[in-house]
Amino acid sequence: MTNAKGRFGPHGGQYIPETLMNAVIELEQAYDRYKDDPQFRGELTGLLNDYAGRPSRLYFARRMTDDLGGAKIYLKREDLNHTGSHKINNVLGQALLAQKMGKTRLIAETGAGQHGVATATAAALLGMECVVFMGEEDTLRQALNVYRMRLLGAEVVPVKSGTGTLKDAVSEAMREWTARMDDTHYCLGSVMGPHPFPTMVRDFQAVISREIKDQLMEAEGKLPDAVIACVGGGSNAMGSFYHFIGHPSVRLIGCEAAGRGVDTFETAATIATGRLGIFHGMKSYFCQDQYGQIAPVYSISAGLDYPGIGPEHAHLHDIGRAEYVPVTDEEAAQAFEYLSRTEGIIPAIESAHAVAYAQKLAPEMGRDQIIVITISGRGDKDCAAIARYRGEELYD
Amino acid sequence: MTDIHAAFARGKAFIPFLTCGDPDLETTAAAVKEAAANGAALIELGIPFSDPTAEGPVIQGANLRALRGGVTTDKIFAMVRGLRGEVDIPLVFMTYANVVFSYGARRFLETCREVGISGLILPDVPFEEREDFLPLCRQYGVALISMVAPTSRERIAAIAREAEGFLYIVSSLGVTGVRSQITTDLGSIMAVVRQHTDIPCAIGFGISTPEQAGEMAALSDGVIVGSAIVRLLEQYGKDAPAHIGAYTAQMSAAARQG
Repeated sequence: MTNAKGRFGPHGGQYIPETLMNAVIELEQAYDRYKDDPQFRGELTGLLNDYAGRPSRLYFARRMTDDLGGAKIYLKREDLNHTGSHKINNVLGQALLAQKMGKTRLIAETGAGQHGVATATAAALLGMECVVFMGEEDTLRQALNVYRMRLLGAEVVPVKSGTGTLKDAVSEAMREWTARMDDTHYCLGSVMGPHPFPTMVRDFQAVISREIKDQLMEAEGKLPDAVIACVGGGSNAMGSFYHFIGHPSVRLIGCEAAGRGVDTFETAATIATGRLGIFHGMKSYFCQDQYGQIAPVYSISAGLDYPGIGPEHAHLHDIGRAEYVPVTDEEAAQAFEYLSRTEGIIPAIESAHAVAYAQKLAPEMGRDQIIVITISGRGDKDCAAIARYRGEELYD
Repeated sequence: MTDIHAAFARGKAFIPFLTCGDPDLETTAAAVKEAAANGAALIELGIPFSDPTAEGPVIQGANLRALRGGVTTDKIFAMVRGLRGEVDIPLVFMTYANVVFSYGARRFLETCREVGISGLILPDVPFEEREDFLPLCRQYGVALISMVAPTSRERIAAIAREAEGFLYIVSSLGVTGVRSQITTDLGSIMAVVRQHTDIPCAIGFGISTPEQAGEMAALSDGVIVGSAIVRLLEQYGKDAPAHIGAYTAQMSAAARQG
């Protein structure tokens, strides 16, 4: 019998060193104790509303709808949250929980820097120490976010090991946690890692789908026909899907980063090209070679540049409840420009993957149907990279 | 008595660790023979993994060098098959869950039995997740070696009671790597372990000097040394086996005094 704890079908589990087991058990117990505690809920809701600016808007994208000529398109504006992405939803929850547990120090991994900035922000707000691990490659590509985290009082540690990207930052944060857990909480940024992280992060992000449901009910009096979100580890997608899983009429579509294409080695599309494996604390799908060596994945988006996917997504894929589609760099860059010009909204390059797929899907759907796209973050951070992608020499 | 038990029955054990294929498999095979000839009781062979999350910088570097050199699980099995006529101490594999899972746990363990591997250490598979591997390990007679950490506390009893082969006592928090001091109260941990099992216990993580080997062996049945040996490979490359032999002789003697 496989350990049933934290499982989504065969996926999930707690594949971590013995040294960390009591730390995750302690976290699991604390989460179980506080998640439904009215005082904790009240404090968290207060922070989400007054500090992070929730609820985020559900915006009817009229010009995009008219232009595509099919389904009505709504944008869930997580980019309008404080710190500029959905990451703050999870970080405020975990930081508050860590404080209840008596922890005084937060560590985190970051790819593009959105989760790192959110964690540094929460640490500043709650008076906690903060150390962010970031691939050396990424610290160079996202120098502005490195400065932002330092400005917020965090220490940024460039990770030189491996490929110097997001997966190496996760590995290094896990190593640091193994060395110091008494006063330290590992504030993991996505619905991945060992139990309880995939469940806990999903619960903190589920506010997205709860709001979409209420807001769309008020605007249209019905559920959406499709919800589209980008997927790296998959936290904004899991949050956007969660309250619709029990409504089979709602199509749930996760957009993976195909990089230069799923038939090349320069891709990060895990469902399209990965297979079942065990890594970073969980059983799930991973991009890997025939001997189980984790593949050095690639995407234009540092936030989707991860060789795995959260275990609940792997399960939703297995049972056919959610669809996962690959979107290339070129499609995402085009969507980045399209949404900017059509709606005056510059999306994060991660979120642009979801916009790109909606551009294909909307014309195939009826005018009485509704698509919700989660704009997980804002695109200011990506302007220099997209300019370079288009051949303009522009640096932050 | 399994061959692992027999290895510990000859006195306090010195257990060197090597990453297979660093710098190449010929050197690994030569180093194994040198270590065996110079008093190693058992040898841990690391199958490299791209992302070894329990390792410090030294062994991480060895993993990456080995993979860059083109080593694979199949080539390592072939090397072990070639060694078995010449080396009669037990050999155990240390690797990460995905290496075994991806190869197919049954095929992996079947091959372990065929080439004469006695045990398997998977640092990212804790007690609760053993069921992916344990039934197959038992079926093919490969001991799935459990670990006890400084943070294990109330978990020690269950882990110790069901331990197989030998019990790996992790000396310190954090990842593998040489440490100037080991501050964990290992005496207390060993006392709890001893209440629940009489299986041999070896202490690893952070040990590099003969003095440390003596101290740790005094508390347990043996010591495991990884990073200090991998550093010899990093420093001397293809010439490392002779240095590993000399180091093993020194450390084995120190462990036996413990």
